Amino acid sequence: MSASGYLREAPRRYRLEGAACKGCGAIHFPPRAVCDRCGGRDFEARELSGEGELLAYTIIRHPPKGFEGQAPYAIGIVQLKEGVRVLAQITDCDPAELREGAKVEAVMRRIREDGGFIEYGYKFRPA
Amino acid sequence: MRKTAIVGVGCTKVGEHWDKGLRDLAVEASLRAMDDAKLYDVDYVLVGNMMSGYLQNQEHLGALVADSLGLRGAGAAKIEAACASGGMAVHIGCQLVASGSADSVLVVGVEKMTDATTPEVTKALAMAEDQEYSAYMGASFVGLNALVARAYMRAYGVKQEDIALFPVICHKHALNNEFAQFRFPITVEAVMNSPIVADPLHLLECAGIGDGAAAVLLMPLEEARGASDSPVEVLASTVSTDKFSLHQRDDFTSFRATRASAEAAFKKAGLRAEDIDVLEVHDAFAVLGLIALEDLGFAERGKAADLIREGGIEIGGEIPTNTFGGLKARGHPVGATGVYQIVELVRQLRGEAGKNQVPGAERGYAQNIGGVGTTITAHILGRVD
Repeated sequence: MSASGYLREAPRRYRLEGAACKGCGAIHFPPRAVCDRCGGRDFEARELSGEGELLAYTIIRHPPKGFEGQAPYAIGIVQLKEGVRVLAQITDCDPAELREGAKVEAVMRRIREDGGFIEYGYKFRPA
Repeated sequence: MRKTAIVGVGCTKVGEHWDKGLRDLAVEASLRAMDDAKLYDVDYVLVGNMMSGYLQNQEHLGALVADSLGLRGAGAAKIEAACASGGMAVHIGCQLVASGSADSVLVVGVEKMTDATTPEVTKALAMAEDQEYSAYMGASFVGLNALVARAYMRAYGVKQEDIALFPVICHKHALNNEFAQFRFPITVEAVMNSPIVADPLHLLECAGIGDGAAAVLLMPLEEARGASDSPVEVLASTVSTDKFSLHQRDDFTSFRATRASAEAAFKKAGLRAEDIDVLEVHDAFAVLGLIALEDLGFAERGKAADLIREGGIEIGGEIPTNTFGGLKARGHPVGATGVYQIVELVRQLRGEAGKNQVPGAERGYAQNIGGVGTTITAHILGRVD
């Protein structure tokens, strides 16, 4: 990953910065250019709570290149209380004890090291 | 718009072709289709492929393949839509013929996967997903489909043993397919005892890594009647897309793009699901086969396992499915898969499917998926009497 590409995404990855549509109020993560509910193009930045519920999860045992040292690790779909759904690793837990419906919260974590620099972003842990 | 016909088909065996490169595979399948049609001059070459840029450092496949075939001057392009690259290339080829832009189109799907290590292929496959918000988090393509499997089993109380029956039937069908990658029978027990790749998906529920190429030749139906003994008509060719990432959709257990492309295709062909005699679905993961049967109207939501258990998808069943082995057993050379499906339907409709022939097959349907239900093509083919 390029340094510029990494920095461009930092507000989303570090603060879960989404966007609220000024037309219909829909909240999006990541931010979009066009609201897929009302077609609006005006948004304001909205930092998300990071509090949510685990909807589905899996345990990755054969990871993609760059994640080899981390397997097995859990990946899940989290529905935040704002209604937005995000995909992220579920950490600080025994994956075997995860259950759908569990309350989770966002934490800032190291995602991986790629080509010498360390990439950070959100993961979720049981709340 | 003109009616479109398929006048020639050809493919390579799917497998580990250590002695053949990307170009060799594409050329071999293309020449077989050209020999089948006895048509050697085409206006346009479309190459369905997903990963050549990453796995072979090779792009610009349209001209590469056209030149390799001696088709200097032909229009040519690579068509990419992740695992639906093959179906999408056929779809675009149909548009070229139907619109009158081209009078003959060669569509060849190709993927050369065994030149890379498994982690590299896993990374390349994840390029079908959002790099910034899915792949970045370490989600593998198998992992995302595992989420679908978990949600499906949970929503409908379906047992994994029931899902495991789908690849068992695919392997049974592949026994009689000389082009299939995995020509051996498996059992439900073998599926359930195979290693877990991403919970709850076992290795034998997942399509493998393989090389292969498949090709079809398209012409206007009117001209095809004179040029071919057994042309097959493309009754419908449609495509639909959904919200890009699985996690952003409301329902993880059904694919809207399957339903939308099917609705459009059935409308265009003036047919319904019960008019289809033979079916090809995109079973990259076993659960996707069940979901496809439901989304296409062959089973109620959550009930596909019943149809499968009763023999409904076997030769002679209600809706014979993946009669050459499907992605699981014929193999899934990604960008070629959608074209293999068309080749196999044509063989059924021509009555050339050998021991796996569906008696009296007149109409076939193919569903090809790119991403996790993101881009889905639909083709309905019909025998020409």
